[in-house]
Amino acid sequence: MIALLKRDLKLAVRAGGGFGLGLAFFLIVIVLVPFGVGPDAAVLTRIAPGMLWVAALLAALLSLDRIFALDFEDGSLPLLATSPLPLEGVTLIKGVAHWVTTGLPLTLAAPVLGFLLNLEPGAYVWLFASLALGTPALSMIGAFGAALTVGVKRGGLLMSLLVLPLYVPTLIFGAEAVRRGADGLDASVPMLMVAGITLGCFALLPFAAAAALRVNLR
Amino acid sequence: MTLVVNDLTVARGGVPVLAGLSFEVSEGCALVLRGPNGIGKTTLLRTLAGLQPAHAGQVQFPEETGAYASHADGIKAQLTVLENLAFWGEVHGNDVPDAVFEAFDLVDLRDRLAGTLSAGQKRRLGLARLGVIGRKVLFLDEPTVSLDGFSVKMFARWLREDHLARGGVAVIATHIDLGLEAPELDLTPYKARVDLAGGSDEAFL
Repeated sequence: MIALLKRDLKLAVRAGGGFGLGLAFFLIVIVLVPFGVGPDAAVLTRIAPGMLWVAALLAALLSLDRIFALDFEDGSLPLLATSPLPLEGVTLIKGVAHWVTTGLPLTLAAPVLGFLLNLEPGAYVWLFASLALGTPALSMIGAFGAALTVGVKRGGLLMSLLVLPLYVPTLIFGAEAVRRGADGLDASVPMLMVAGITLGCFALLPFAAAAALRVNLR
Repeated sequence: MTLVVNDLTVARGGVPVLAGLSFEVSEGCALVLRGPNGIGKTTLLRTLAGLQPAHAGQVQFPEETGAYASHADGIKAQLTVLENLAFWGEVHGNDVPDAVFEAFDLVDLRDRLAGTLSAGQKRRLGLARLGVIGRKVLFLDEPTVSLDGFSVKMFARWLREDHLARGGVAVIATHIDLGLEAPELDLTPYKARVDLAGGSDEAFL
């Protein structure tokens, strides 16, 4: 399984791998927000937690359809399915690889971009922590969505429609943690909820994704 | 290491295409599948490899010994020839033996990006994967597509001397003569009747 993770990371950073696309998208969306809502610092401060989370979520969504589609097109997927790796392990690793190439850079960049939206000083820690805990769930839910739509022509849009509603709990609790941090309140409850969602996703979704792949490979 | 197929019916999209297949391929032997386009060679090979469920009947061979190779080679264009093979080796817990590069004439291409290879060279790389993964029961779907005569001979030699001679088994769907002394199975008589019922829908594998 480590071999698969290494290969996926190697592919992501090589030409055409799409590494950094999500990050650039995140940056552009956050830069666009003040243009849209105006430069009023008080308004920006208020919407910053929600905007940062929504933008991070959309950036993670951007590269989801590559998780299985590329392996399906070049025929790697049936070969992986007949290899000694359990398909559940394959889907888990795919989710992890997606997080390392998308969620992790987003988490690291978010505090810098928070500055652009005049985020409250007390919220930076919570922004970083909630994204670090929440983005793995986004990647794993995304891997499940990608497994459901693999092999569907133009499946990217369908996948977005399937995946976005599933992102709602993570978004609510993630953004809530940042908002509470900004208001100087205790943010541990929403943080625990985000952690719970992530752990639940990693415990269950590899199996669901593997079952979806098996159906789609037939 | 014997492949036993017993009264097998295979279906594509829920519609049975081949029915009542029974054969046995013993250690060190190959079986060549023949039949016109659309008869169900690919469906049969995918079913044997476990990629789709059998409509009826049984396929028996030791677990975790089968490998499937089709038109799509599973090659990553952004990785070099060596990296591609090393990945599949690592997944199966094997190193990449140097003999594989010689057997498939890839010695000079070792460090080339797979994306820059010609169609025939890619095919050789795809077949070289079979030499790395060390699986004993091979299901090959048109392995010689886009290979020139020389490469076909090279592949046939590998199959004979490095695979079958070491106790391997192979089921091959092909339209050309590989020069193997292998029995042929014409699938035409096994074509499923149209009225045979459609199939189950549960996840499999």
